[in-house]
Amino acid sequence: MAVISYREALRAAMRDELNRDENVVIMGEEVAQFNGAYKVTEGLLKEFGPKRIVDTPISEAGFIGLGIGASMLGIRPVMELMFWSFSYVAFDQIVNNAGNIRYMSGGLINCPIVIRGPANGGTNVGATHSHTPEAILASHPGIKVVCPATPYDAKGLLKAAIRDNDPVYVMENTILYNDKGEVPDEDYIVPIGVADVKRIGTDLTIVAHGRAVITSLKAAEILEKDHGVSVEVVDLRSIRPLDEETILKSVRKTHRALLVEENKPFCGVDAQVAYLIQSKAFDELDAPVHRVSSIDAPQIYCKRMEDLQMPSVERVVAEALKVLA
Amino acid sequence: MAKPAVLTHPESLKHPAGPSAYAKDPVNASMTKEAKIALYTKMARIRHFEQRCIRIYQQGKIGGFLHLYVGQEAVAAGTISLLGKNDHIITGYRDHGHGLMVGMGMNECMAELTGKVTGCSQGKGGSMHYFAPDKNYWGGHGIVGGQAPLGTGLAYAVKYQGLKGSCLTYMGDGAVNQGAVHEAYNLASLWDLPVIFVVENNGYSMGTSQERSTAHPGCLAKRAEGYNMAWDVINGHDVYEVRAKTALALKRAHEESKPTVLEIFTYRYFGHSMADPDKTYREKEEIKTYRDKKDPVLLFEQELLREKVLTPELSQTINEAAMAEADKAAIFADESPDPTLADITKHIYWEEDNRGPKTTSRGTIIFE
Ligand SMILES: Cc1ncc(C[n+]2csc(CCOP(=O)(O)OP(=O)(O)O)c2C)c(N)n1
Ligand SMILES: [Mg+2]
Repeated sequence: MAVISYREALRAAMRDELNRDENVVIMGEEVAQFNGAYKVTEGLLKEFGPKRIVDTPISEAGFIGLGIGASMLGIRPVMELMFWSFSYVAFDQIVNNAGNIRYMSGGLINCPIVIRGPANGGTNVGATHSHTPEAILASHPGIKVVCPATPYDAKGLLKAAIRDNDPVYVMENTILYNDKGEVPDEDYIVPIGVADVKRIGTDLTIVAHGRAVITSLKAAEILEKDHGVSVEVVDLRSIRPLDEETILKSVRKTHRALLVEENKPFCGVDAQVAYLIQSKAFDELDAPVHRVSSIDAPQIYCKRMEDLQMPSVERVVAEALKVLA
Repeated sequence: MAKPAVLTHPESLKHPAGPSAYAKDPVNASMTKEAKIALYTKMARIRHFEQRCIRIYQQGKIGGFLHLYVGQEAVAAGTISLLGKNDHIITGYRDHGHGLMVGMGMNECMAELTGKVTGCSQGKGGSMHYFAPDKNYWGGHGIVGGQAPLGTGLAYAVKYQGLKGSCLTYMGDGAVNQGAVHEAYNLASLWDLPVIFVVENNGYSMGTSQERSTAHPGCLAKRAEGYNMAWDVINGHDVYEVRAKTALALKRAHEESKPTVLEIFTYRYFGHSMADPDKTYREKEEIKTYRDKKDPVLLFEQELLREKVLTPELSQTINEAAMAEADKAAIFADESPDPTLADITKHIYWEEDNRGPKTTSRGTIIFE
């Protein structure tokens, strides 16, 4: 088992799948010659050549739509979005075309496309570049959305996504790209739709996804050390499908739940998770479910304020104590 | 590259009807008598199918939108009659003619309109969303211009797989102002993709005439020059001309893997959809002139009568058979069952529809 970065893990997943299936193509802005805007695809052009690793013009609706069309004929495009924020100019392709064609054709067609790239705030780049569209996209039946938080999950989920026969949207995080972790060299996947208990505990369940998992794990350490509270952290990993059982199992054990996400609160992923808990584990709860999410405003540019806008370790600890009170 | 023979719609009326100047073009001259009769039969079938649809719509059995192709038949008929095994097609919501041309049955087409489970999309697509991927027909798309990148992607896939093929990507004259279309044009030319963009210029996008919607240098196809693409304009009332000029674009796609924009002048007789009372944006007289002088089905019939390929009796037989087929399809649609409540949540995900030992994904994917 090697210790590699989240970025390297994503690259390793693509390399494996490029080798495994000749129909896999990597496409996106600056993915080939420039080696990737975030260097995720570094070296792939050299290794696989220009037929497999394709630079596109700045034309998200065009090239993503092209990828969807190609996927209908059996190509398996892995499209990089420089930021998921830019998916908004291709929304019709991503939602109407990739998400609906199977349904509207009565099951005659499927779109095995992967769209991946960073979807996060916290990088001091202002509102247009800080969107986290996992809840928006996951609200469309026909679409799958995953949000890996660790190098192990990044590799395993991306490989599963590339092998999946439906559109899978992989939302990464630029702040995690340098995070390191143990990742097997041998072939493995992380099944889509399976949450992971990243920390075992007995007093409180924190449900999180993406970087909020890392924040929550840090908060859990403090809660243990300074407050003597045993916290369980459930990493959703996949937003749709959603591993409802793992969430419920944990809540039935701890009887308290705090939901943490970097989205804005209104109609966030955790609005759905909160509904799930109250509808399926209401009698198990010893306290109301609480949430920590980003402050409800377009992403602020000022770095000091942006750090406050997003869920921090301090805010998670403070909110956890309220649930436990 | 052709100069625009026709400047603005509806000036295509100035084209004299009569014997087609393209009858002797090799793609037409080489057609057997049977092939010509078959082509005429297909055009007649599209015409009668749609005219039957009007009645069913008026009976309240067809919901949503119903966009008729009546008047435009030569476009789908001419272009699709040339296609081979690796040629694909994709279009917008005015998609019945293309469906019948690729070989879809009237039954499945009619049943889709009335939302029956026997429809081509099992009642999940409706009029605007016909699909027959087994016949290289990739829809049937409801968002104006949204299919242009998909068609470009189908052509990309054909090329990636090393096949000599193409994708005919149809759109209306209103669609050419959509950003997605321009993005597709750029990619098609930049990457030398074997895609043929077919602009079916019927003069109007809903109630907006081309003059009121589009800034253009004489014709819409010429915008191709901005993307370094070949283009041509075609009189879409003459199926022989459609075939002759489309054949050149297909050759370019097959042999050079290069895209083309074809603008085909045509005309729709009915409102934009059945919901359009058709009272505000054109004169009844204009419609009548097209019907009387430019009708593509009639013109081809006359052509074939002159060639002595058709006789009046044979033509009558063909038309009666098409009407009877449409009547039968109407009965089939009537008698077919609706999809069930359980069907609503099928065909959303391939992985769910095909669960088996190899399926890895888990979790809740359809929510309460
Ligand atoms: C993005 C989008 N905007 C608007 C519409 C509504 N709409 C449907 S068809 C149409 C007119 C399109 O005209 P044209 O491209 O000329 O095709 P035609 O109907 O003449 O075949 C409009 C405005 C739509 N379906 N999609
Ligand atoms: Mg039009």
